[in-house]
Amino acid sequence: MTHLTLSLVEIATPILDRHHNDPTRLLQILHDIQDELDYISPETMEYLANKLEIPITRVQSVVEFYSFFHAKPNGKFRILFSDNITDRMLGNKDLFDHMLNRLHLEPDTVSEDGLVSVGMTSCTGMCDQGPALLINNMPITHLTPRRIDEICDLVKSGLPVSNWPSHYFKVDNNIRRADELLATAYNMGDAIKAAVAKGAQGMLDEMKRSNLRGRGGAGFTTGVKWELCRNSQSDERFIVCNADEGEPGTFKDRVLLQSFAGHVFEGMTIAGFTTGAKQGFVYLRAEYKYLVKSLQIFLENMRAAGFLGQNILGIDGFDFDIEIHLGAGAYVCGEETALIESLEGKAGRPRIRPPFPVTCGYKNKPTVVNNVETLCKVTEIARRGGAWYEGRGTRQSTGTKLLSVSGDCARPGIYEFPFGVRISDVLEECGAKDVIAVQISGAAGVCLAPHEFHRRIAFEDVPTAGSFMIFGKDRDMFEVALNFAEFFAHESCGFCSPCRIGTSLVKDMMQKIAVGRGTKYEINEIQRLRDQMKNFAHCGLGQTAGNAICDCITKFRPAFDKHLSSRDFLPAFDLELSLARSREVTHRDDADAHLGAK
Amino acid sequence: MDTQVSSQPQKVAKRKIRVATTSLSGCFGCHMSLLDIDERILQLIEVVEFDRSPITDIKHCGPCDIGLIEGSVCNSENVHVLREFRDNCNVLIAFGACAVAGGLPAQRNHLDIGDALREVYCDRTGLGKQIPNDRELPLLLDKVHPINEVVRVDYFIPGCPPSGDTIWKFVTDLIAGHMPRLEHPLLKFD
Amino acid sequence: MSEIANTFTLDGQIVQFTPGQTILEAALDAGLYIPHLCFNPELKPHGSCKLCTVIVNGRSGSACTIKAMPGQEVQSSTPELDGRRRLQLQMIFVEGNHFCPGCEKSGNCKLQAVAYDLEMLNPHFPHFFPERPIDASHPDVMIDFNRCILCEQCVQTSRDVDGKNIFALAGRGMKSHLVINSPSGKLGDTDFALTDKAAHVCPVGAILEKRVGYAKPIGERKYDEQTIREQIAADAEGGL
Repeated sequence: MTHLTLSLVEIATPILDRHHNDPTRLLQILHDIQDELDYISPETMEYLANKLEIPITRVQSVVEFYSFFHAKPNGKFRILFSDNITDRMLGNKDLFDHMLNRLHLEPDTVSEDGLVSVGMTSCTGMCDQGPALLINNMPITHLTPRRIDEICDLVKSGLPVSNWPSHYFKVDNNIRRADELLATAYNMGDAIKAAVAKGAQGMLDEMKRSNLRGRGGAGFTTGVKWELCRNSQSDERFIVCNADEGEPGTFKDRVLLQSFAGHVFEGMTIAGFTTGAKQGFVYLRAEYKYLVKSLQIFLENMRAAGFLGQNILGIDGFDFDIEIHLGAGAYVCGEETALIESLEGKAGRPRIRPPFPVTCGYKNKPTVVNNVETLCKVTEIARRGGAWYEGRGTRQSTGTKLLSVSGDCARPGIYEFPFGVRISDVLEECGAKDVIAVQISGAAGVCLAPHEFHRRIAFEDVPTAGSFMIFGKDRDMFEVALNFAEFFAHESCGFCSPCRIGTSLVKDMMQKIAVGRGTKYEINEIQRLRDQMKNFAHCGLGQTAGNAICDCITKFRPAFDKHLSSRDFLPAFDLELSLARSREVTHRDDADAHLGAK
Repeated sequence: MDTQVSSQPQKVAKRKIRVATTSLSGCFGCHMSLLDIDERILQLIEVVEFDRSPITDIKHCGPCDIGLIEGSVCNSENVHVLREFRDNCNVLIAFGACAVAGGLPAQRNHLDIGDALREVYCDRTGLGKQIPNDRELPLLLDKVHPINEVVRVDYFIPGCPPSGDTIWKFVTDLIAGHMPRLEHPLLKFD
Repeated sequence: MSEIANTFTLDGQIVQFTPGQTILEAALDAGLYIPHLCFNPELKPHGSCKLCTVIVNGRSGSACTIKAMPGQEVQSSTPELDGRRRLQLQMIFVEGNHFCPGCEKSGNCKLQAVAYDLEMLNPHFPHFFPERPIDASHPDVMIDFNRCILCEQCVQTSRDVDGKNIFALAGRGMKSHLVINSPSGKLGDTDFALTDKAAHVCPVGAILEKRVGYAKPIGERKYDEQTIREQIAADAEGGL
């Protein structure tokens, strides 16, 4: 025990020093501790609570809230299969079972020798190259049974992941169509210089003229957001880049951060220049932890070149720097106030709005939260002006939009189109044939049937954060809805009762239908619960949680009907199964010891 | 919320309304409370006749207009009786906390049923060392459920037990063809 | 009119408010009842139970968090909203283990009182049957986590009034639960005391004083005498 405690102190002290014993850095501290110790034991929690001078419950609350923190041992190798519907369509369940068999494991159970555990996780943002998994936070894509065998062999060899051949961790960009953002050559500092030349007010005017709207889905006008922040009375302001790209089926931010990080960072710096913020944060989802090193090198280069830090471009008082904060596996943190809570080292529960972050955000100071893609677009406006920018796209949706295309098509990947592109044009360009449905903007979005493929990607028609999942003629749309139902029950933060309980009830009912015990009654109940969440839930997660499922029910009813029993009602639970334990302890198997399937 | 009453009072006025009652896993407290309608039972009997019920000793439920179920679903026999009622009664009513929400019997739901049986039959002196396994005995479900988790239920009268006045109000509303309504002070969960 | 009056309408009735007040606070002051559960007038609004959801100028939101503004049109007592509130209560009932006949809080319980007022006759949905062990480690107070509705009134009160920080919420989604600030996680290992205000704020029967069981018999308790609606009207009358 003494030995254990000693090693905890030895490990934790430099980590705590590095983070200045600052409780707002709790997530970052826990990440670092877990990298060393594999999990956060009660003893560790108590130790950290004492050192950070916060209640143990605060540490416990954070550890239990985030999927990527663990209060129990996980094994030297922690393997998580991405479980988005596109992964399922590519056979991730069979590969998952294959790996469990090869390693003689049960799901989420550590092997007896403490070597390895295997589980499922929400979409990891590799849908264009799935099925995919994360092993100790490193992504491996294009999984095949053979690749699984190789991974199992490497795991059994005990070789640390950092020493595995690097080809395993190759992540492709798959840029299929490039326009203004993806096709323009980057030259460090050009955008910042252009913005500085315009002056803060000038840049703001250009932003407003551009009518740039947020690319995270909600579509708030970015210039107005900046102006509100700039005009808020405060001694401090913050710029936050929302890189918590958790919407199932979207991966454009991953590509931007991997290959266009300069655009993102310059966009943030320009936002700082315009609003008067001096500190920026990139809130990066833990699934993209593998990008941290390259991002930090990029930041270092920017600092060295004088584009970050004190007196940028030699302008007195133009100070701005950027720090990367890791999330820890919680979809709800894509919601800007949940993200801010998380950034402050707490569980990611959305705040009550108003006040909005532009007046009361990080540490209750005015804060701009912008999507990764939005910040990239800022550099275009800085370089080419708002009037030029406004010339692309549609009236209410200016500029271009990145779409993350996955599912049944010949060329999944990133497509940059001007806003206003028709769904059918995207389908043609990516080589999708015999499509029965497209899910736009992820699990929280809308499911469109072929008669709607003439519709356009734009805030005034079909808004999207970028996810574009294609389903071919052999797909079971019930399976799609089931995947979304399971996703939302897993990701509901639990704060408000409509979403916390509603998403679980919907999931249970969908699973009941999946095993053939559902009836029209469940279909009606799911629709009722969707209405309830839409009208009563606290944040966008709950309000949209039933949408795609109910779209599927409305538009693809036969896919549901074929799973339904013809009876008007079946018990909420499996009666036959509920006698199993009694049969076991009484050793009975006579006819009266069964209740049948009825 | 749940289905409308299907019996039509004008037509059935000519014949008596046939009512069946039973207690599944309950304490018969709700039935005792039914008797608390006191002398009003004479009014009731003008328009109602009883099929299967503890007060008739009829063993199986025949076609009925109304079935009143007390108690929760705890074992296989409860399931059979409940199904018989659902098959035979036009309107099925859960009456009392157990039928409505699981009640007292459901307070065992956090226990493993094997552990519970072992503790009762094996771990105590004087009772032998075997969990009874006669096939005459109904097997216990792993969890106790309110009746609406097993069959479709039309109406619910909460209370432990619902008072005689509550039952009277509800049943007379129903017989008169109104949507039954319970409010303060008749609506009680305890 | 030279000045806009500080009034809004609630279901057509004119309600006066003091600037800064929420819709719910103003309504309660006026003796008008909007169903609510997690709200406690002495604490910061929590906004999690969503029972007080109203329609303000056509948009739905929580009356406990939306500030009253001159000229707002607020709808609350509509069949549609009451239906949704009833549904919401049913969801809350099946999530926990709300066995009223066996709970000392029965008759004084706000969850139960709101359910009475909205004429909720059954919990409707399949029960989740949670398995959360009871904490009886403290000499004077017990906690039945199966009854907790996650309103955080005890969390806020212990932190902001008692200055002790005894409680917090942990977990996510349906695994959210109340936790205790001690290395063992037990209430008995904290400096929690019966004299703490947090020992008495629980709107349901999750935090209960020991050894006072049934001092007042069932049938003669707070909400047996009057409905919650009647009490709020009476409280406002008394306050005037």
